[in-house]
Amino acid sequence: MSKSARLAVIGAGPAGLSAATLAAELGLDVVLIDEQASPGGQIYRALAEAPAKRIDLLGDDYRRGRALLRALHTSGAEYWPDTSVWSLDQNRTLGILRAGRAAMLQFEQVIIAGGAMERPVPFPGWTLPGVMNLGAAQILLKSAGVVPAGGTVIAGVGPLLLLVARQYLRAGVAVKAVLEISPRSNMLRAAPHLLRATAGGSYLRRGVKYTADIMRAGVPIHYGVSRLRAHGDRHIESVEFASHGWRGRCDRMLATDSLLVHFGVTPRTSLVCAAGGRLAWDTSLQCWRTQVDQWGNTSVDGIAVAGDAAGIGGAISAEHSGRLAALAAASSLGHITAAERDRLSHADIAWRRKDLRIRPFLNALYRIPPEFLVPDDATIVCRCEEITAGQIRAAVREGHTDPNQVKFLLRCGMGPCQGRQCASSVAHIVSATRQIPAAACAPFRVRPPISPLSIEQLAELSMADE
Amino acid sequence: MRVPAGESVAAAVLVHALDHTRTTPVSHAPRAPFCMMGVCFECVMEIDGIANRQACLVPVAEGMQIRRQHGTGRIDE
Repeated sequence: MSKSARLAVIGAGPAGLSAATLAAELGLDVVLIDEQASPGGQIYRALAEAPAKRIDLLGDDYRRGRALLRALHTSGAEYWPDTSVWSLDQNRTLGILRAGRAAMLQFEQVIIAGGAMERPVPFPGWTLPGVMNLGAAQILLKSAGVVPAGGTVIAGVGPLLLLVARQYLRAGVAVKAVLEISPRSNMLRAAPHLLRATAGGSYLRRGVKYTADIMRAGVPIHYGVSRLRAHGDRHIESVEFASHGWRGRCDRMLATDSLLVHFGVTPRTSLVCAAGGRLAWDTSLQCWRTQVDQWGNTSVDGIAVAGDAAGIGGAISAEHSGRLAALAAASSLGHITAAERDRLSHADIAWRRKDLRIRPFLNALYRIPPEFLVPDDATIVCRCEEITAGQIRAAVREGHTDPNQVKFLLRCGMGPCQGRQCASSVAHIVSATRQIPAAACAPFRVRPPISPLSIEQLAELSMADE
Repeated sequence: MRVPAGESVAAAVLVHALDHTRTTPVSHAPRAPFCMMGVCFECVMEIDGIANRQACLVPVAEGMQIRRQHGTGRIDE
């Protein structure tokens, strides 16, 4: 086992960048580990290399990341790009894969800043080529300047639909329709949070402006969309849906060879799970998140989680939580006193609280309706092993009453993605079938390697140990 | 085929309208990149003779040999 830095920060998005930068500035020996070739996470993906025209199209939300990249550069933190983490245990031993070689490294403190992933929501036809996550399309735009040339339909929930539709219109891409699935009843749920949300800054104002811009461009926005399905043989050819206007339901069909979907984002929890960290079911987010205190400390000593991996707050909130985790790590390692940690954290705690004010409103307004969380029998839920919702339901009725039992019986969650794409859907189906709260379900157990490495790489690792 | 340096294999496949990256082991259905960030494993391809590589995480390189993966991937040796 190699000797290494005292603090490892995993993930170079806003939370990880802020955590590694502040920790290094406080004098900690820190290494920032990231899977991508350049820093920024998914939100600031490829920012350092992006041409000016692309940055202009992506706007200030994207440009903002430059300050974080500059700060990292001057902080003195060590930065390892192109490095995947395939294991983490409760003793903070990290299994990494870097330049084709596996290594095990021991750290005194670990901050996981793994961010979020787009919520997988199964619907008929979601496995067809041509159906892709909207965030995936954003990654294509950020990293390769690619947009859906033949036009697209954008479906799902939340402000990202509007943001991307507007970007595409500016880039000359035909947006055929925007399909918002949140039901009107969500407005009633969200209304009590509205006043607090308006105090949260510019988010609401921008939402209104984007909607107006899209409508002015002649793109139909359908609200309260249900019965979403993609049709096609070996590629999507059309999308079918029902829109619910004030005058009732209307069934529609649109020809398209591209459908981009987005159902919000959920915390990435594989790594913290592998280390034995406790998750909590978040009834507001409708998914699991890592259980953390205000500093990001998990249930495992010396392992903290910062940013969206601990619960969805967005990029700005992630910066603050990264700094808070760095302060806590510095204090644990004796670089600063607890009193200094508390004093230095005041601004971040206050700003984070302000930034998070919009969240209860957004979570209520863009709550995913049960129809989408609990799909029809014929819909594939586990994309890897091609297990349908009906098979899962039947397994539950036969007495396999916990997600892990369903997994053992059906191999649902045992394919290459290791349950990342089906875990929350299985929990929702189990919960609906048994009529128990999803919080009563245990999450899938996660075991290393949580990212791929070859037998050869593993074998070379054990030889290096001897 | 020419692709800008630094672009991922998955992006190159999509840009060149090559449609799908793999077929599934169970029903042999075609699948294409879905998440572009390493969490869905729909883009696994055979790259330079090694199966099950996530094309969205592998940057293109000069002379790289890329094949669609059928099922669980072949084993040569």
